[in-house]
Amino acid sequence: MTQTPASEIAETEERPGRLKEFWFYFRENRGAVFGLYIFVVFAFCAAFAPLLSLYDPTEQFRQFTLLPPAWQEGGDWQFPLGTDPLGRDMLSRLVEGSRYSFFVGIVVVTIAASGGILVGLIAGFAPKWLDSIIMRIMDIILAFPSLLLALVLVAILGPSLTNAMIAIAIVLQPHYVRLTRASVMSERQKDYVTSARVVGAGLGRLMFVTVLPNCLAPIIVQAALSFSTAILDAAALGFLGMGAQPPTPEWGTMLAEAREFILRAWWVVTFPGLAILVTVLAINLMGDGLRDALDPKLKRS
Amino acid sequence: MLKYFGSRLLTFLPTFIGVTLISFAFIRVLPGDPIIVMAGERGLTEARYAELMTQFGFDQPIYVQYWDYFIGVLQGDLGQSFVTKKPVWDEFFSLFPATLELSICAMIFAVLLGLPAGIIAAVNRGKFLDRALMSTALVGYSMPIFWWALLLIIVFSGNLNWTPVSGRIDLIYYFPSASGFILIDSLASGQKGAFLSAVRHLILPTLVLGTIPLAVIARQTRSAMLEVLGEDYIRTARAKGLTPARINGIHALRNALIPVITVIGLSVGTLLAGAILTETIFSWPGIGKWMVDSIFRRDYPVVQGGLLLIAVMVMVVNLTVDVLYGVINPKIRKR
Repeated sequence: MTQTPASEIAETEERPGRLKEFWFYFRENRGAVFGLYIFVVFAFCAAFAPLLSLYDPTEQFRQFTLLPPAWQEGGDWQFPLGTDPLGRDMLSRLVEGSRYSFFVGIVVVTIAASGGILVGLIAGFAPKWLDSIIMRIMDIILAFPSLLLALVLVAILGPSLTNAMIAIAIVLQPHYVRLTRASVMSERQKDYVTSARVVGAGLGRLMFVTVLPNCLAPIIVQAALSFSTAILDAAALGFLGMGAQPPTPEWGTMLAEAREFILRAWWVVTFPGLAILVTVLAINLMGDGLRDALDPKLKRS
Repeated sequence: MLKYFGSRLLTFLPTFIGVTLISFAFIRVLPGDPIIVMAGERGLTEARYAELMTQFGFDQPIYVQYWDYFIGVLQGDLGQSFVTKKPVWDEFFSLFPATLELSICAMIFAVLLGLPAGIIAAVNRGKFLDRALMSTALVGYSMPIFWWALLLIIVFSGNLNWTPVSGRIDLIYYFPSASGFILIDSLASGQKGAFLSAVRHLILPTLVLGTIPLAVIARQTRSAMLEVLGEDYIRTARAKGLTPARINGIHALRNALIPVITVIGLSVGTLLAGAILTETIFSWPGIGKWMVDSIFRRDYPVVQGGLLLIAVMVMVVNLTVDVLYGVINPKIRKR
């Protein structure tokens, strides 16, 4: 997701107007622009969490446990969104939690995408037997429901946020392999690739310089979608006790800690989940916009 | 047709072997000696250790171990649970009906709402109704279902006191479980209260598990309908003067259903992944909860066997969908 601007800028240098064209189509989708705004706020929170939060996210105010949000009776503006069962400020924890989700998204997408693109390129250019072996391995990974495989991988590696990220990246990677391979297969037969080969471009150059840039559009859309999947899965693993461990203010982990209080204190359950939903929704909105802007079939030009 | 089926089967077999390899590797890549891990904190004597090594075949070369495991799998032998000492195979199939019942209800819920929602959105393309439905679908698609479950519990169980929070049925009812499906069994027992209790227990888990498939089906139906509505034969039908209901309902929907059915078939994996979270939250005694519990109890044969059975099930369903797709759509067979 975050790689988008970088690659777009790189392309503008050689072909001015691309970024502008992209923005023109992206802007037409109002939902996507709205999603982008929310995402910017989310990224801002993640970047400046220590400055934005009122308190240390792990600081316990023992005299103020389970304080409701400020606007409710019994609330206190000292803690705008209330406090959790241990008297920690909800708002500070939520803001700090955005860092973990953002981090998870970036790391997982980077690992899954770079690995998947590389393997996909190899599969696309490789002789048939190697291609078959690679694709069968991807089929095997895809045969397991993703959350289950991630759960089992974390059980092997030991529960922690790092291991959860590794597990999710492994589970998401086959989608990039398939996508890249499919695009490479269709691009490879085109004339410009043949002419590059005739001119004497080596295999590495053909793969990364000639073909890859033309396969990027669907991969960028996939990156946006898996950014949100990564956040959701990491939160689900945290919720099951297999992701970030308490007292880390990761949103899924916060929900797991709050579970026993659901009937007594709605705010400790509602806000972390709302944070996950809004973030994921914003990214999915952007993903839809990206697809519309990058998919040449839908352009009416 | 046979050739198509054969080629599909040919890709199935290596995948199946790969899946058994992964589940075989599972116990062996765990950090530490599996026997020591099994023994837990009590520890064990040298003699018992050697005995267990032979019993589990860990003293054999690795390829012999795999071969024994693979033959065992083909015969339905997946080892025994550490905790209950029962065969993993039996445990899986005694819990599976609970998951199947929940999944079927969730899928019915998703199709009953998702299909009409997608059609209505497509027919009203770009209008308010379309945007409202598709925004809702996107929210559903983005939903962390474990949080959604908690919210529904707060509202329906906490504030309104309509639905129970956990289990499949109130414990006061007893009847023989013939089919394993609690709706059928309770109805067959003739106790009206039992059936109602089962239904009330089923409502929230169904809603939670069905949410993401519902959103996916609505989105897929809309885009499939839009694609079909742009075809020439629809224009012909319109020119012939057919009513919009007939065009949308018969001409368009029938052709739009093919990708939708594929999506339904392929969401088995999603359902099973969702069942892990849903069953854990609602204490639903199915295979999702069983897997999570086993992971926490370090009941490795169960994790290993469950992983394999679930993967094989997903593969079989995907293969069936693929083959059926080939039957419906001759274009696919040629590939």
